[in-house]
Amino acid sequence: MTILVIAEHDNKVLAPATLNTVAAAVKIGGDIHVLVAGQGAGAVAEAAAKIAGVAKVLVADNAAYTHQLPENVAPLVAELGKGYSHILAAATSNGKNILPRVAAQLDVDQISEIISVESADTFKRPIYAGNAIATVQSNAAVKVITVRATGFDPVAAEGGSAAVEAVAAAHDAGTSSFVGEELAKSDRPELTAAKIVVSGGRGMQNGDNFKHLYALADKLGAAVGASRAAVDAGFVPNDMQVGQTGKIVAPQLYIAVGISGAIQHLAGMKDSKVIVAINKDEEAPIFQVADYGLVADLFEAIPEFEKLV
Amino acid sequence: MKVLVAVKRVVDYNVKVRVKADNSGVDLANVKMSMNPFCEIAVEEAVRLKEKGVATEIVVVSIGPSTAQEQLRTALALGADRAILVESAEDLTSLAVAKLLKAVVDKEQPQLVILGKQAIDSDNNQTGQMLAALSGYGQGTFASKVDISGDSVAVTREVDGGAQTVSLKLPAIVTTDLRLNEPRYASLPNIMKAKKKPLEVLTPDALGVSTASTNKTVKVEAPAARSAGIKVKSVAELVEKLKNEAKVI
Repeated sequence: MTILVIAEHDNKVLAPATLNTVAAAVKIGGDIHVLVAGQGAGAVAEAAAKIAGVAKVLVADNAAYTHQLPENVAPLVAELGKGYSHILAAATSNGKNILPRVAAQLDVDQISEIISVESADTFKRPIYAGNAIATVQSNAAVKVITVRATGFDPVAAEGGSAAVEAVAAAHDAGTSSFVGEELAKSDRPELTAAKIVVSGGRGMQNGDNFKHLYALADKLGAAVGASRAAVDAGFVPNDMQVGQTGKIVAPQLYIAVGISGAIQHLAGMKDSKVIVAINKDEEAPIFQVADYGLVADLFEAIPEFEKLV
Repeated sequence: MKVLVAVKRVVDYNVKVRVKADNSGVDLANVKMSMNPFCEIAVEEAVRLKEKGVATEIVVVSIGPSTAQEQLRTALALGADRAILVESAEDLTSLAVAKLLKAVVDKEQPQLVILGKQAIDSDNNQTGQMLAALSGYGQGTFASKVDISGDSVAVTREVDGGAQTVSLKLPAIVTTDLRLNEPRYASLPNIMKAKKKPLEVLTPDALGVSTASTNKTVKVEAPAARSAGIKVKSVAELVEKLKNEAKVI
């Protein structure tokens, strides 16, 4: 068995989610190859070659792959992937965009967002916003799988010394082009990789009040997230959303502030190690999953919290 | 131009589903069913394109049981012109659904196909991308803005780090994210009118599509429950517990 893992990157840096995806590949067992499709992504290939447990790194360097357009990357992955037992990608917006296209080209069903590997052909994945867990078995010749990062502890980023090999295949479907992007800039840790996450909900009342959470987060070295209610109300941008339809996080400590705890929010954070809820409504459902609950006015509690840590 | 919208009948998003005692699936008996929320956004976007004079005809399609006619009628009440049901009582995978939609695309030749990014039952997030692959079309997934001009469509996509805009040649596939629009409610007169709009029923056999699957669901279980912890009385107590008991700060 040989497994192909699609590297998540921006041509400069290898994203940490790749390490969780490799961890899932290790659980499946077999040789692990990593594909870096991009342009001028030499540093990414070098980083991929150092990942513990990786045997080979394939580099497809072409202008058509610069922005990870699925119309161009999927045919590449499908062509290379035919010789593999499994193709894995992180369940990031990028992985979700590309991999189903690969599966359809290979005429196999995909298994989305696995959270555990039961055997080389059987996997667990959440359905119904995490209200049920399905065990799915695949008899596909090539098993195409996206991996939910929070289900797997990352492998070591250092320690490997894989061979790096260039692949010549160039695919440019000519049906799509990149126009532009607006990426949020932040000095705080990335939400899905942070050890501590502080999230605000509708109880924050407005976007300006998030400054209290930023102050606390900076003291704790935490990332800042938000519930869908806070995003929909326009308090903060959508890339901060934690939940079934946003980001899935599982930090050591999750602090939910002014969040009631709708099912779809819980689906995005209930695997956190320790959950703290601060809410003035003692009936809020968030308290049913919180390890530590504090019934308080968040505008008094958060500044005090910040002072005490 | 013609717009095709795919919709799915799913458990209503307000229902808290229960896993069956025999672990064969979730209990759908006597549970309220609705149109998948992301599909409602897809219908709304098509209707707005028609109101702007960009779309000339909206065809809505569903793959599912005969009861999915209810969701098709809802889409007709919201502004779709006609409906197609590809009737199947089976639990179809995303690839099978994509193949059936590809057959409908071949038949209808739409310039734009709009789907929800994922169904809230299977949470697969696959069908739109698979349909794009099978059709050889460009795809704009997780769309928060759709702008058609001439023979191309600019789609702004919600991605992990923020937003990305791509330009796709038409025909193209778009899948909707939550913030693309806010779907309207159907008015009573429109609900009445929708009853008279055409609704065609097809079968996978008639479309010549095999719905065979490489995936099998072995079992479905309830997730491990997380038990409630303790209530602390003050911020000071909270910080003390986090430092000394949980040791996370």
